[in-house]
Amino acid sequence: MAFSFFGGIHPKENKSYAEHEKVQAFPEPDILVIPMSQHIGAPCKPLVQKGDHVTVGQKIGDNAGLCVPVHSSVSGTVKGVEMRPHSSGSTMMSVVIENDHQDELCPDIRPRTPEEVEKLTPEELMGIIREAGIVGMGGATFPTHVKLSSGIGKVDTIIVNVSECEPYIVADDRLCQEYPEQMLSGVGIVMKILGLSGAHIAMEDNKPEAAQAIRQALDPRTGMVLDVLPAKYPQGAEKQLIQAITGRQVPSGGLPAAVGCAVFNAATCKAIHDAVYEGMPLIRRIVTVSGDIVMEPKNLMVAVGTSLNDLMEAVGHRENPYKVLSGGPMMGVAQFDLSAPVTKGTNAVTILGSANRFAVKEPHCIRCGKCIGVCPMHLMPVRMYRAERSGNVEAMKKENTMDCIECGCCAYTCPATIPLVQSFRTAKQKIRDAAPKPAPKA
Amino acid sequence: MAQMKYFYELTVSSSPHAHSPVTTQTLMRDVLIALLPALVGSVYFFGFRALLVTAVSAAACVFFEWIYRKLMHKDSTVYDCSAVVTGVLLAFVCPVTIPYWCILIGDFFAIVVVKQLFGGIGKNFMNPALAARAFLFSWPVLMSNWVKVGFSNAAGLLDTADVVTAATPLSSMHQGMLPTDSLMDLWIGRVGGCIGETSALLLLIGGGYLLIRKVITPRIPLAFIGTVAVLTFLFPQGNDRLAWMAAQILSGGLMLGAIFMATDYVTSPLTGKGQLLYGIGCGVLTVAIRYFGSYNEGVSYAILVMNACVMLLDNVGHPVKFGAGKEAGRK
Repeated sequence: MAFSFFGGIHPKENKSYAEHEKVQAFPEPDILVIPMSQHIGAPCKPLVQKGDHVTVGQKIGDNAGLCVPVHSSVSGTVKGVEMRPHSSGSTMMSVVIENDHQDELCPDIRPRTPEEVEKLTPEELMGIIREAGIVGMGGATFPTHVKLSSGIGKVDTIIVNVSECEPYIVADDRLCQEYPEQMLSGVGIVMKILGLSGAHIAMEDNKPEAAQAIRQALDPRTGMVLDVLPAKYPQGAEKQLIQAITGRQVPSGGLPAAVGCAVFNAATCKAIHDAVYEGMPLIRRIVTVSGDIVMEPKNLMVAVGTSLNDLMEAVGHRENPYKVLSGGPMMGVAQFDLSAPVTKGTNAVTILGSANRFAVKEPHCIRCGKCIGVCPMHLMPVRMYRAERSGNVEAMKKENTMDCIECGCCAYTCPATIPLVQSFRTAKQKIRDAAPKPAPKA
Repeated sequence: MAQMKYFYELTVSSSPHAHSPVTTQTLMRDVLIALLPALVGSVYFFGFRALLVTAVSAAACVFFEWIYRKLMHKDSTVYDCSAVVTGVLLAFVCPVTIPYWCILIGDFFAIVVVKQLFGGIGKNFMNPALAARAFLFSWPVLMSNWVKVGFSNAAGLLDTADVVTAATPLSSMHQGMLPTDSLMDLWIGRVGGCIGETSALLLLIGGGYLLIRKVITPRIPLAFIGTVAVLTFLFPQGNDRLAWMAAQILSGGLMLGAIFMATDYVTSPLTGKGQLLYGIGCGVLTVAIRYFGSYNEGVSYAILVMNACVMLLDNVGHPVKFGAGKEAGRK
């Protein structure tokens, strides 16, 4: 591979905690909370009411526009349709289901034979993907069918993202080791929809076993190639990955399609396979439950709607948790209410002990400039920070704060432990607030 | 309601939730480690008074920083070790004969006036140690009272009586003559001069450590020393260009200044291009002052003048943001 990207860091990987743990099915809990918005776009409207009986895979929410439906992950009774805590930190309209443990399958779910799949047109395939509620499972949760339909004719390179550059998380690593055929079959479907005869499977060099599994399952006639990249965070960030694979740079404010690329997470590809061949909507996903104080780190196949607390109990911890994260330590969201559920985009629950405390009360920037050297977006975090502190919105814009991808390289590196990402989130909000409001529609 | 099995006091904060082991404190500790070889050398060359002056200076800087922050009801910053670095560096740019009251005044000026009155660490626009040295030249005789190496214990631990003053290599060169000391003596540091500046070898060892630990980049030291080398090679005094150039590079405070002072994060530019220009500026000014000034050393004034230009230099060499340069959008 001739390409890489500027900046980036090498945080302690901590993958050894869970990387050799086989994926285990996590028993569905008695109560599941299924949020109506697990994607970027319009939230779903609930299709069920309190007291309704639901089955596994039954659609329980949908909406028009940029939206994908959500499905029940178990069979049982709807106990309520109400606002519930969400891992983003806010509350969200959710369907609460009491599991009857009968695993009664929704009658609409029907597997397809390879011959049937062969006959499906790209439009039909995209319809199936939408109806299965598939979103980008790396965390961005962008509706996959929209990415596909907007990419037809524009995209010449498909990249399957198995970088998994966040510390602790090994969910995609395990997926490639245990479900390589399904994952590659999903990639084949993406290739068919986009009318392309090849795809890059991009993996960091810290997953030799996953790479071996993919190599064994890979049929070179399909045109798919495995690209092993030197590990560096944030390799898995879409724009950085595209640059590392193709040498192309997505224009500022633009989408990958602008340089002919489309990036799909490995778990998304497996979900596409499951939807097309098994008829199964996206109701389960692999979650790495790990952390430095976890007794038994695990990779679990978890039903969407399972609470973070249930997962935490399943692994145990040696000391009182200091932080519980939905996601990994670089970009994960710190939780305060562990009744928040696992959603389609939750790739990990990371439980950290007090050894991870590093914040200081009054940080003092020493102008070392290390943040500039690690910023993969070629920004100057030190100046962005100064602009934010001064409250000058024009200066914040001039320092290109809106281009920040919040990867955390600067804040990780900052010797003064300044909470830079927090500062830039504030700055972005200030910029948005200062923007002229569009005139209300008549 | 979902039953919460147990409750924890969870901390909620913005990502990232991991941090590099490198902090301001570890950086400053690395600088101190890098200064150790030169400190050991100074004791060998100038006697134990060198160590005592350095220790007093470091302790005084820490004390002034602590007491100022305390009196002003600000958070204590002594744990970041930057005051220790300032104290050691100020001692390094003073002659071993300096009276203790004099270095204490310097410490006060460096920490309180130059650093804290501007807001403390990260806010000062001049290198505190160098600004204090410039201030201490209010006592020019005390600041240029050089002892001859070998008479190492001529300067007593507590008093400064009976010193044998000697010319430094720079004072010879200021009169257009090559120093009487051999280049080897200059390289090792067996010459007259300030406590920590004489040994190019020991300072380079420290510089190498800082490079390996990625505390500094080679940009500023190379640009600084390189510029001095080029200018002194092009405009030698005497017939031997190379010897003149080597003597200029190895004498005075150039190594100490280029490796430890000009690279001070707070008072040097942020961008690579800015750092190159800053290094070149330091070099040009150093040679200009050495050649045309009435005092024979120019390193510290050169750095101080360039410190004042950092605000301007920060405006050059901004990186082009991702997706806005020439590569952007190309298929």
